[in-house]
Amino acid sequence: MATFLAAGAVGRQRSAAAVAEAPHSAAAAATVAKASRSKVALSMYADLPDGEIAIEEFERFAMDRLRVLKGIDDLKVKGFRPDQMQDKVIELYERHMGAPNREERQRKDVISHFVLRLAYCRTEDLRRWLIAQECDLFRARFKEMVPSDQRAFMEANELPFRPLSKDEFTEVQQQLAQVLFSLNAGQQAAALLRSEVANDGYYKVPFEQVPDLVAARRVYLQAGYAYVSKDQMSSLVVQPFRAGLSKALVVTARRWAAVVAPEEADRLTPVVESLSQRYLGPDYSDPDKRGVVGTISAADIPKVARQSFPLCMMNMYQALHESHHLKHDGRMQFGLFLKGIGLPLEEAIRFWRTEMAPVAPGEKFDKQYLYNVRHNYGKEGNRKDYTPYTCMKVISSTPGVGQVHGCPYKTFSQESLRSALSRLQVAPAKIDEACSKAAAGHYQLACAAAWEGKHGCACETGINHPNQYYEESRKALGELQENNAAAAAGQQQLPETPGAADAGRQLQAVLGSNGQQPGSEHAAKVQRTG
Amino acid sequence: MFKWLAYGNDGKHPKTDAGFFQRREFCFTLDGDIFVRYQSFKDGGELAAALKDRCPSKIDIGPVYNVDPQRRAAYQGSGQGFSPVERELVFDIDLTDYDDVRTCGKEGHICGKCWPLMAAAIKILDAGLRQDFGFQHVFFVYSGRRGVHCWVCDERARKLTDEQRSAIAAYFAVYKGQEKGIAKLATSLDDHPAIKRAYDLLQDAFEQRLLPEQQLLEDEQQCQNVLAYLPNEAIRNAVQQRWQRVHGSEQRWEVLKEIVEEEAKVGGSMLTVDGSRRQGGDARAAKALRKSIKDIVCAYAYPRLDMEVSKKMNHLLKAPFCVHPKTGKVCVPIDPDAAWEFDPDTVCTVGGLLNQLNSGSAAAAQGEEPWRATDMAAAVDTFRLCFLDALQQDVKAGLAEKARAAAAQPTLAW
Repeated sequence: MATFLAAGAVGRQRSAAAVAEAPHSAAAAATVAKASRSKVALSMYADLPDGEIAIEEFERFAMDRLRVLKGIDDLKVKGFRPDQMQDKVIELYERHMGAPNREERQRKDVISHFVLRLAYCRTEDLRRWLIAQECDLFRARFKEMVPSDQRAFMEANELPFRPLSKDEFTEVQQQLAQVLFSLNAGQQAAALLRSEVANDGYYKVPFEQVPDLVAARRVYLQAGYAYVSKDQMSSLVVQPFRAGLSKALVVTARRWAAVVAPEEADRLTPVVESLSQRYLGPDYSDPDKRGVVGTISAADIPKVARQSFPLCMMNMYQALHESHHLKHDGRMQFGLFLKGIGLPLEEAIRFWRTEMAPVAPGEKFDKQYLYNVRHNYGKEGNRKDYTPYTCMKVISSTPGVGQVHGCPYKTFSQESLRSALSRLQVAPAKIDEACSKAAAGHYQLACAAAWEGKHGCACETGINHPNQYYEESRKALGELQENNAAAAAGQQQLPETPGAADAGRQLQAVLGSNGQQPGSEHAAKVQRTG
Repeated sequence: MFKWLAYGNDGKHPKTDAGFFQRREFCFTLDGDIFVRYQSFKDGGELAAALKDRCPSKIDIGPVYNVDPQRRAAYQGSGQGFSPVERELVFDIDLTDYDDVRTCGKEGHICGKCWPLMAAAIKILDAGLRQDFGFQHVFFVYSGRRGVHCWVCDERARKLTDEQRSAIAAYFAVYKGQEKGIAKLATSLDDHPAIKRAYDLLQDAFEQRLLPEQQLLEDEQQCQNVLAYLPNEAIRNAVQQRWQRVHGSEQRWEVLKEIVEEEAKVGGSMLTVDGSRRQGGDARAAKALRKSIKDIVCAYAYPRLDMEVSKKMNHLLKAPFCVHPKTGKVCVPIDPDAAWEFDPDTVCTVGGLLNQLNSGSAAAAQGEEPWRATDMAAAVDTFRLCFLDALQQDVKAGLAEKARAAAAQPTLAW
């Protein structure tokens, strides 16, 4: 009863007088708890917002929230761990999500959240991205609350977690300390062993509720229960949040596709669809956004591989070429990448058949691997058009013995990374940069450095998808070729229109005086007209 | 042939809720590697009839869906969709993943010498699943060739989400692939209680079974691999020098441990390359030294799970008592308490069973079902004793509790 009251009554702005007045009947306490639900700024977003909203506001709120989420994503790409991002995340939130008063803030928070649900529900990748960022935001905001608010929030959202009893605590004290030792928290462990930590510093919950802590072995487990410390409480809260959001997104996606999108084709659909593309870069799950099918054939692969494949794909291509085999995960990662750059199914079959011929000749290939290739193209099994893997997905996979997929910047040793990069013909200075970035755990930055070292120009977009690496590379090489062609045209003084020859001379002059940008632009234009 | 055996095994399908069983996916592999997914059957009788009729070379078991998988098309696009709702928590461990630490063979090879690896995996999984996660209905099956499957069938396990499954798999995943030539391990100077328990078990397994069976330290390449785990060049040299005079894997291992322990005792005061001692060093260095011993043991013996199988609800896994199409071996259950004694070479095969069946018609005359006279009887008994009886009891108890609930309690498919 006492804890219930305390939990219910102490909102952030609550005055001492209110506490004194808090009535002592259970029913009244419940109303207090309910009231505090709106006092605490954070929301589980269980209820849809009601009321009307102008479409401009709809979009503006969503954009503001997107800025916060994108900021969080950037922090992670830069290598910040969740525990180091706390202040930055809160600052981001304050900057973009601020509003004149509390009601407005809350309204904006809830509405923008639901708009983004709409915008990011459509594909698996979008959903994963939104869930990851929203959970980080949620965690940071939860941590920011004072403990009493935290408890109030949990109470209001019916997340009742029971602290350990004295006896239970004594029973598992040793093991809890052992877990702390294993987490390199020796001082805390020692304090725990000296019983300086009270028994209510730990909660006992079904392990299903804290999968993240279980996966990282950050909790003690016994007979199906996880022993969660107070410091880890945010996991307890984030978990149901994540689960709820994940479930809601799937449902939203289904409804959106079936009902809302067609009805709102003129009004909401364009807004929502453009929102989801605003920051994430191209969406390779949509076949229209991939490389044009048929622009590449099996015969082109060696050449474009040398020119434009990122290290992860090059590594697999080489392994395939040398051993004539890739394990299943590798075939998925590499095969889907090839699909993404526009290799049609027939050409893919030809490519794999040729590469694997020494190991799987003729019929053996048809029997064991053909299905797999066709499956990747959605021609077998449940006929799903599989999406090329994002960097996030590639990085998160860990190759086992004899496997070569995954992100080389993560899996390679420094020496092998260095030699692989020089085989890839990356400029030496950039190899150093890539290696040090990789050593610091910034794999995508390392990849971008390698890209720069290979193409000799700045990679403005960053690398977040192997297919995007490829496309940026083709684009850069295309520009280079156009320049060269224009330069060649000028040099040989082909019987062209005077304008083109002029441009050629001009270009040469510009190149000579080492100002490349204006010249290239100009030359490219002339090329097209001439 | 398979019909016959399948018939024998299918003698005791449980009285399941008809609706529940109907929603379970089966996948038949017919001759010529043709997969037929999304099969479902009203009851064991119908399944048995289909087995006899179509004679698949392999049967996989999938999840229980929200609707009958055979009629899934009717639900696609409807508000409800078609999605898995329940599935046993499964694990798959394959000896192929241990190729770098096996000396007896590669790929599909399996023999008594590498079985200890599987046995250790069974022990660790079994202990973890039961003690840490509180599961009770855990059983292990020989996969027919080179691995072991584990099925966890508690109601709680069946209802786990994909994310929770991933978490459990990650909890067991100490071995994280190869990196920089040595195994990447999730160990630290002080270990989580679960890893500690696993290590205590592995230490014995490694010294008493793996070393003598695999003769790891006889092989030059393996010796180098093992040395790579030691924290510095000096101690690597010291060990290697002594090894030149010592032979036999167990002896060499003792030497290695001895040297590391000596070093650790003087606080890791750093042997220098020329053999003289430098002063200084600390408790941490000593710990790091002792950790390297632990790392070697874990790298060579800790279970390497195929994570993908466990992560997703809709992953298919071969049914127990299937016959492996290549080896002809029956996927027999393994009693975790007798895991060390299990011998993959003596597992009954289709051919053997057929012979026994043909010659055992006498038993049939005495009123017993013919298959009871074969090796299959023992396998089925193991299954019953180690798993099925307890599960059914539990299910019954659960049913009694939920007596008022109209829906019957789901159980396994047989």
